[in-house]
Amino acid sequence: MNLSPPSSTRPGSAVQRPGLRLEVAEKLRLDSGVTLGPFTIAYSTYGNLNAERSNAILICHALTGDQYVAEPHPITGKPGWWDILVGPGKVLDTDRYFLICPNVLGGCMGSTGPGEIDPATGKPWGLTFPVYTIADMVRAQVKLIDHLGIEQLFCVTGGSMGGMQVLEWASAYPERVFAAVPIASAARHSAQNIAFHEVGRQAIMADPDWCGGNYQQQGRNPARGLAVARMAAHITYLSEQALHRKFGRNLQDRNALGFSFDADFQVENYLRHQGISFVERFDANSYLYMTRACDYFDLAAEHGGVLANAFKGTRTRFCVISFTSDWLYPTAENRQIVHALNAAAANVSFVEVETDKGHDAFLLDEPEFHATLRGFLDGCAQHRGLKAG
Amino acid sequence: MDARNLTRNFAAPPELRGDLRLAAEMIEPGSRVLDIGCGDGELLSYLTRHKDVDGRGMELSQSGVNACVRHGLSVIQGDADNDLADYPTGAFDYVVLSQTLQATRNPRQVLLHLARIGKRAIVSIPNFGHWRIRASLLIQGRLPKTALLPFPWYETPNIHLCTIQDFATLCAEEGIRIERSISLDRWGRPYRLNPVGALANLLAEQGLFLLARR
Repeated sequence: MNLSPPSSTRPGSAVQRPGLRLEVAEKLRLDSGVTLGPFTIAYSTYGNLNAERSNAILICHALTGDQYVAEPHPITGKPGWWDILVGPGKVLDTDRYFLICPNVLGGCMGSTGPGEIDPATGKPWGLTFPVYTIADMVRAQVKLIDHLGIEQLFCVTGGSMGGMQVLEWASAYPERVFAAVPIASAARHSAQNIAFHEVGRQAIMADPDWCGGNYQQQGRNPARGLAVARMAAHITYLSEQALHRKFGRNLQDRNALGFSFDADFQVENYLRHQGISFVERFDANSYLYMTRACDYFDLAAEHGGVLANAFKGTRTRFCVISFTSDWLYPTAENRQIVHALNAAAANVSFVEVETDKGHDAFLLDEPEFHATLRGFLDGCAQHRGLKAG
Repeated sequence: MDARNLTRNFAAPPELRGDLRLAAEMIEPGSRVLDIGCGDGELLSYLTRHKDVDGRGMELSQSGVNACVRHGLSVIQGDADNDLADYPTGAFDYVVLSQTLQATRNPRQVLLHLARIGKRAIVSIPNFGHWRIRASLLIQGRLPKTALLPFPWYETPNIHLCTIQDFATLCAEEGIRIERSISLDRWGRPYRLNPVGALANLLAEQGLFLLARR
């Protein structure tokens, strides 16, 4: 295969990461029983916190996202991943709301993770970093919200793995979440999703440059493995219709089949590009840990097998959003959340947005989705007594 | 298909369709209401604005749900047959099902859920015992098409039709008390008749019922 790594060193290690950092001195007790700390949370904010501290929206990023929601990415230079939604006058209106997005615990854009130096050894954590869960990510975020002096978040939102964090927030800290918007998500990771993640992890671990997780110390980078993991995952973010509409069976820079294993088809070329550009900005070990955190997520299991118990007595206002062509976190999984919220007599809205763009629709220009989110937030802002932007 | 949206155009009241207006009058201010088949949120937004109600809705059509949520109403996409089982008993003061029972697959089960979830249920149905319908079958030998039941037999969503007396009988059999009933003409104007009597069963085009568990 033709996936040459862009560099032999760990991605982004020489790049200055702009934004804010919170050093948390306390130790965090993780679900695994291990304690971690002190630790760092890197984060970005947009807009201003009002005097009542009542207009804060926490954005939880997805598996391969980061805190650069609405600003150019420091490594790729590309616009923020939710630029389409975040800004003055946009749905997540920075004139009205104070937006916070932390890099998750275990991430690779400045928060403490396997790529950072373990102060105990002076060496990169690598696989000695403790396995953490979605709940651990949220525990770390709570420290940040405490630090910012915010008693109750106006809203917690995010798509995919971000949606899992939203559900965890609403379940574990109901009094601190006025409104919750889990998007294209699930209350537990399905067997199919675990299976896809395992393919990605095996691709990374099969790369000789992974070096049993010690690639940083060896001055190497399992870029080929990580690229393959990204390629496989990227297919799951799209839909058959979207792939067909975009590429069909069109050939790449040629008029006839090449009778070789070059990228004959546009779709191959596209995936290779996705793989190669991903490794520029993402750490392979972080990918292992984060996919694991998703796999371990099962909110019902944490509550005696009954999902509704996770939301007992909640006063949070929920809006669950799914997309018709999302087969990674299909509507049925989102509907399970809705049914559980109904059983808890929670205040919930649920919208399934018609689109052929698959799971990635939550990142894209989907007017119906944006109108729904805007309407829901406006309604909540009214109830919360927030002034119009 | 959402039966209520399809019948909605015929009544055209100043603010609320006739049976919805009467339903709204039955609802105490400040109560918790679930409106099943809430369409574009007509009743819910009225109740929220005028009666300070904590309202929730359920609607089958995507466009209806999205319109509701865009306007700040709490509405989920779902239908009476599949999405009522999870609600806890007594979760709402009122559950409203307007002109939809006849379009459900299992009306008896739906009715039981309504009476379980709500302390009260408000149900309106088109009356299949109306004289026009009887006449259509008796004289013309054809299945009727009326203002409230406008579809030909091969594509009607109204698959479980009943008369006012059929409905009252089912309620009695299932231990559901009819606290109030009103018989209505097609525009939702009430008749001054014994609402579950034989005459109402012949003259009324709709029946509206306030129900409670025995």
